[in-house]
Amino acid sequence: MTPPLLEIRNLTKTFGSLKANDSISLTLGEGEIVALLGENGAGKSTLVKMLFGALQPDSGDILWRDKETVISEPAVARRLGISMVHQHFSLFEAFTVEENIALGLPDMPRAGLAEKARTLSAEYGLPLDPGALVADLSVGERQRIEIVRCLLQNPTLVIMDEPTSVLTPQEVERLFGTLRKLKAEGRTVVYISHKLEEVRALCERAVILRHGKVVETCIPAERTAAELASAMVGGAIANVGRTKRTPTPVLAVRGLDQPAATTFGTSLSDINLDVRPGEVVGIAGIAGNGQSELFAMLSGEELAAKADAVTLLGEPVGRIGIDGRRRRGAAFVPEERLGHGAVPPFDLSDNALVSRHRMSDGTAAPLGFLRHGAARRLAARVIKAMDVRAQGTHSTAGSLSGGNLQKFVVGRELDAKPKLLIVDQPTWGVDAGAAANIRQHLIDLAESGAGVLVISQDLDELFEIADRIAVIAAGRLSPAAPADTLTREAIGLLMAGPAPSSPPSASPPSTSPTHAAGPPSPPPASPAAEHSHAH
Amino acid sequence: MIEAILISVIIAATPILIAALGEVVAERSGVLNLGVEGMMIVGAVTAFATAQITGSPYLAILTAALAGVAMAGLFAILAIWLATNQVATGLALTLFGLGVASLAGESFVGRPGVKLGDIAVPYLSDLPYVGTVLFAQSPLFYLSIALTVGVTVFLFRTRAGLRLRSVGDQPVAAHALGLKVNRIRTLAVLFGGLCAGIAGAQLTLVYTPQWIDGLSAGRGWIALALVVFASWRPTRVLAGAYLFGAVTIAQFHAQAFGVDIPSQFLSALPYLATILVLVIFASNRRFTMVNTPAALGRPFVPDR
Repeated sequence: MTPPLLEIRNLTKTFGSLKANDSISLTLGEGEIVALLGENGAGKSTLVKMLFGALQPDSGDILWRDKETVISEPAVARRLGISMVHQHFSLFEAFTVEENIALGLPDMPRAGLAEKARTLSAEYGLPLDPGALVADLSVGERQRIEIVRCLLQNPTLVIMDEPTSVLTPQEVERLFGTLRKLKAEGRTVVYISHKLEEVRALCERAVILRHGKVVETCIPAERTAAELASAMVGGAIANVGRTKRTPTPVLAVRGLDQPAATTFGTSLSDINLDVRPGEVVGIAGIAGNGQSELFAMLSGEELAAKADAVTLLGEPVGRIGIDGRRRRGAAFVPEERLGHGAVPPFDLSDNALVSRHRMSDGTAAPLGFLRHGAARRLAARVIKAMDVRAQGTHSTAGSLSGGNLQKFVVGRELDAKPKLLIVDQPTWGVDAGAAANIRQHLIDLAESGAGVLVISQDLDELFEIADRIAVIAAGRLSPAAPADTLTREAIGLLMAGPAPSSPPSASPPSTSPTHAAGPPSPPPASPAAEHSHAH
Repeated sequence: MIEAILISVIIAATPILIAALGEVVAERSGVLNLGVEGMMIVGAVTAFATAQITGSPYLAILTAALAGVAMAGLFAILAIWLATNQVATGLALTLFGLGVASLAGESFVGRPGVKLGDIAVPYLSDLPYVGTVLFAQSPLFYLSIALTVGVTVFLFRTRAGLRLRSVGDQPVAAHALGLKVNRIRTLAVLFGGLCAGIAGAQLTLVYTPQWIDGLSAGRGWIALALVVFASWRPTRVLAGAYLFGAVTIAQFHAQAFGVDIPSQFLSALPYLATILVLVIFASNRRFTMVNTPAALGRPFVPDR
């Protein structure tokens, strides 16, 4: 047997009192696709950062091809042949594709780089225009840059951190084709993902981390997703269920138009949408297709041109701001937890105030004074109700892990008992346990008679919780159709939009229908009923 | 007459251009150094003193440049390596520079200075109309034009320039790629100091070969404003600097002709005109956005 490509022995890394990695040992062979699984905060990122030279282990050894190696910085990792595709892309928006690639490849002459990138991207089915400005590209295209940049270094070990969370099903298929080609060439892939079905389909081995330790190594195809998830969490994960609903909208959007507010923004055109009490409506779409703009219009961060473009509980609110809409019974959870949903340096009780201080529910006193006691009780209530793992109401929002902060932010809005809740990316970067918890709360809220609108890039999530699903592409919203009449492929085609953003390459490895085959087939469900007003 | 006016425009524009080009490089790397005025005036007094002592204007340029680098080095230690607030540190540097220059220059007030001689380029300076204006100038004018070209080529045509811009755009991503963010930033800031020092030397060796307290008269601030309004593009900085120079000279002549406008207003005119035109320049939001260093003013502290 050939020696392993990489062996890790008893790798430990401590941050303060937290053991992020506790004596981790594992081996990677050549030509393997290995999944690294674990909840948020299980230590995946820490481990990977040490392999990539961004962090130094406190103790333990890394053996590269049987030789002890110190990876003191990313450049060392790169020289060994380790390269990484980051979850939050390390791309420079104001730069061109070619400039971005050149930055990542310091040892390669710039002359002819664009040509090389073009050839390689065609070879692996990752079409790219080297002259395009990154800011103008979709998330899927941006990921291609990262992958092409990574492949140009001819790596022997490729680390991918949550690569598919932002891709359409067709793009995921295409990515898997690329990864399988890499494996066939004898390269090793470490694949980090929360999407267990993908891991089962792609990876031949899975290493499961919990609280900084390796708790299990298994063959994912031999396990069910539920088994993998419970191994990650160390207990069973609740199943999420839903029931049927009845009409009368709490939110009605009619002919909403909005030109793009920023240079890199998306214009909204003729958005029509109803959310009825007791139902969960999902909006699918690839990031950057107008989701943030739509959320801003619905929450009142941006005002509509006409008051009746947005109707809340029968009252036109298009010209009313966010506080006014909250007072009328709406609640909002924005996509960005840190800095939008919560103020990172504020403690949780102050953060509870942030969205609630204009409500007449006890946190505000006359003359603009605040009731800190009430705020603390509110925060404590949310922490308890949502099982937020925090030291207490005095913990700062920034000190919570992503999943816990998201639970807190969602819980804060739920605590106001809204009649309409609009959530943008409820479980982005949140581990399976916390995500299930949040989803169940959304469904419970709908069960209690409120309307819930969920904007998400995660199709599995939408199929799990939404009664009806609409798709946003290039600032246009398709009619919402009942979820059980929709297929992933149909949604994927709608997500890709009417015009493909890049031509197909010579022979994409994907086996699914590519989105370049002319205009998409007609919307799957019968959307005619959608536009008939409720009364 | 027209030649004389054009030459005086060039002389008025050159120090601002040189200082602003240095600041473009510093800011493109993500560091906002508000100490330009301070570095400039320390350069000016250093140049004057060196010329007094040695009699050599070229040595004076060299020492002024080094003085600018020393000032910038002070800034870099504080604002880059100790991650102090860049705005406050830059303001302190300006106040410090003004004070140091005032103290060091006290004994030079009223003394005649050494003038840096013009260099006529053979043949070219004999060209009709443009010959004397463009090709019989102080060497610092030639340097300023070379710097404009050099900085443009460096920033947008070389890998090192690409790295410098990446550090100013997203230092975290640049660090992840293995770039030495703070080292690159330090070099950029030192270059800014070098340019500010040379710009100061131009003031005491070419513009007004004498020492007066507060000689730089806000030119460092104009250079700073120029950088922002010129969207961090060297060629626009050139245009802005010459606009400023032109209006400065125009108001001199207007005052000499006894135009019936308060002289205070005329003195303010170059500043107003420059800012106005550059604001119009900067109204193309997409252009500005693409060119603005996204991480400007934010210290980078790598996590370990």
